Amino acid sequence: MKKRLKDYGINFLAVVLSYLALRVIMYNGLINNYVQGVVVFAMINIIVAISLNIATGLLGQLALGHAGFMAVGAYTAGLFVKAVEYPLYIEMIMALILAGLAAGLSGLIIGIPALRLRGDYLGIVTLGFGEMIRYTIINLGDITGGASGLKRIPKMVGLNEVFIVLVIVITFVFLFIKSRHGRAIISIRENEIAAESIGIPTTFYKVYGFFISAFIAGVGGGLFAMYQRYLTPEKFRFMFSVELFIIVVFGGMGSITGTIFAGVFLAFLTEKLYEYDEVRLIIYAIMLILLMIFKSDGLLGRHEFSLVQTPRRIKNLFNKIKDRFKKGVA
Amino acid sequence: MTQFINQIINSLNIGSIYALIALGYTMVYGIVRLINFAHGEILMIGAFIGYFLAVTFNMSLIPLLLLSMIGCAIIGMIIDRVAYKPLRKAPRISALITALGMSMLLSNFFRWRFGASDKIMPEINLIGNIPMPNITIITVVITFMCMIGLQYVITRTKTGQAMRAVSEDKGAAQLMGINVDKTISITFAIGSALGAVAGVLYAINYGNLEPYMGTMPGLKAFVAAVLGGIGIIPGAMVGGFAIGIIETFVKGYISSAWANVFVFGILIIVLIVKPTGLFGKNIKEKV
Repeated sequence: MKKRLKDYGINFLAVVLSYLALRVIMYNGLINNYVQGVVVFAMINIIVAISLNIATGLLGQLALGHAGFMAVGAYTAGLFVKAVEYPLYIEMIMALILAGLAAGLSGLIIGIPALRLRGDYLGIVTLGFGEMIRYTIINLGDITGGASGLKRIPKMVGLNEVFIVLVIVITFVFLFIKSRHGRAIISIRENEIAAESIGIPTTFYKVYGFFISAFIAGVGGGLFAMYQRYLTPEKFRFMFSVELFIIVVFGGMGSITGTIFAGVFLAFLTEKLYEYDEVRLIIYAIMLILLMIFKSDGLLGRHEFSLVQTPRRIKNLFNKIKDRFKKGVA
Repeated sequence: MTQFINQIINSLNIGSIYALIALGYTMVYGIVRLINFAHGEILMIGAFIGYFLAVTFNMSLIPLLLLSMIGCAIIGMIIDRVAYKPLRKAPRISALITALGMSMLLSNFFRWRFGASDKIMPEINLIGNIPMPNITIITVVITFMCMIGLQYVITRTKTGQAMRAVSEDKGAAQLMGINVDKTISITFAIGSALGAVAGVLYAINYGNLEPYMGTMPGLKAFVAAVLGGIGIIPGAMVGGFAIGIIETFVKGYISSAWANVFVFGILIIVLIVKPTGLFGKNIKEKV
């Protein structure tokens, strides 16, 4: 118990330190507003990519419509904060919860039919769903502003709030994976029939996991709406779902820390290649194919990078090498 | 009444294109259990090959169609060999991601080489100096010819028999002396050739083409394949026409803006009501 507390302490300290580092860099003017925007969008993308990792990495389902869930969350939050007037933080938190619930509900609507079945239906249903949402937003022009977009959303969040939500999401997902429900979901990924045979209600857990995934994606969308302050349906194209998916695949399906690293790396790459959009997508596509053929579990596979565990492992590795070396000498 | 007849004709037109694309999806799925996301891009490549042949050589429809089919068949086989074959034994999701990557690669490669702007498909003759009659008639006739041809290949030839055998049981087929890899290659070739026909006809029907043109018809054709029962060839044909009819009638009588939403709604309804599709049989899974 004491050891666990110490481990939590280390992680908490690391979060605080990384936040302070970010702040110090920002106050010293080393990075300007533009870079701050890049950092915030990278964090939002990471939130949504983590949610996608629940569906893809934990459930083992191909989900290609997370831009759609994000859009549902973003428009819900955007319309909500435009309509009401509450104290700042209460309104923000309410908007985020509503965004998550709206996205989660749409996740249920498509998850229940698609997840009852074994096989790859979820991929195509989510893909279709993403496009459906986009057309619906365009068609409901009176409410959503149509193709020209929803404008003048009050600015509710900045770097701090996004960072805090990111930390909450990461903490929640880690606890969720380790929980009874998380383990049930992982057992379905490993072998659905075996899981069913030991009494795990597979459909329930698949839908449950997918709901959580959609919920978090909606929260990410809500943050996006309240930071960006305007929304267009064009942002939530199919290609954006694919980009989120690429973050997950690069980081390793099933590894939350992998998703974080890949999110940071790809945000950097996207900035560098901003002017050559099609070349960037070609590079992504080739990386995707090569990755699947040669190292199909991505950067970290299903492992997690942990401030507590990884140094211990490295230490063990060193000890082993040392032992072998000694033996060799003797 | 005239409007109704016009709608019927339109729906046959677009439905036959969807059916051709859906055939490619369903054949590949039937044999390797893979949703080939790159199939929509095959349609786009077929249309581009047709466009370049028409512009540079002033070719007429029939030879252009044949060359485009051959080109796409080769590209389809290459895609299978390069990207999908190394992953035959890998988890399904890896192969799906590769297919997605392939789709991205092809569409963005074409966008990079030829630009994102629309290209206008020139007017072409049917064959030699015979001018093109009504494009709808041509589309429907060519589609039916392709379907009859496909049906012949699948039911009457050794290759078709091999294809059916491999889709039934890969291991057993191999034991019977069937070259599984070759059969899969041929399946990709035939599916891609049908995709090329669909691409050329689509480009002529709508008059223009661009690198992302394959995505939407590809998706709708997939819905058609699921509606008919994925993996079942007659199902894809019926499903394609059904989606064409539904889409045209929603566009004509309800609202054109909601037609796309409607088509994807069908997919969800099919999965709720009869997930195996119209022609599908329920197969029990054995452990």
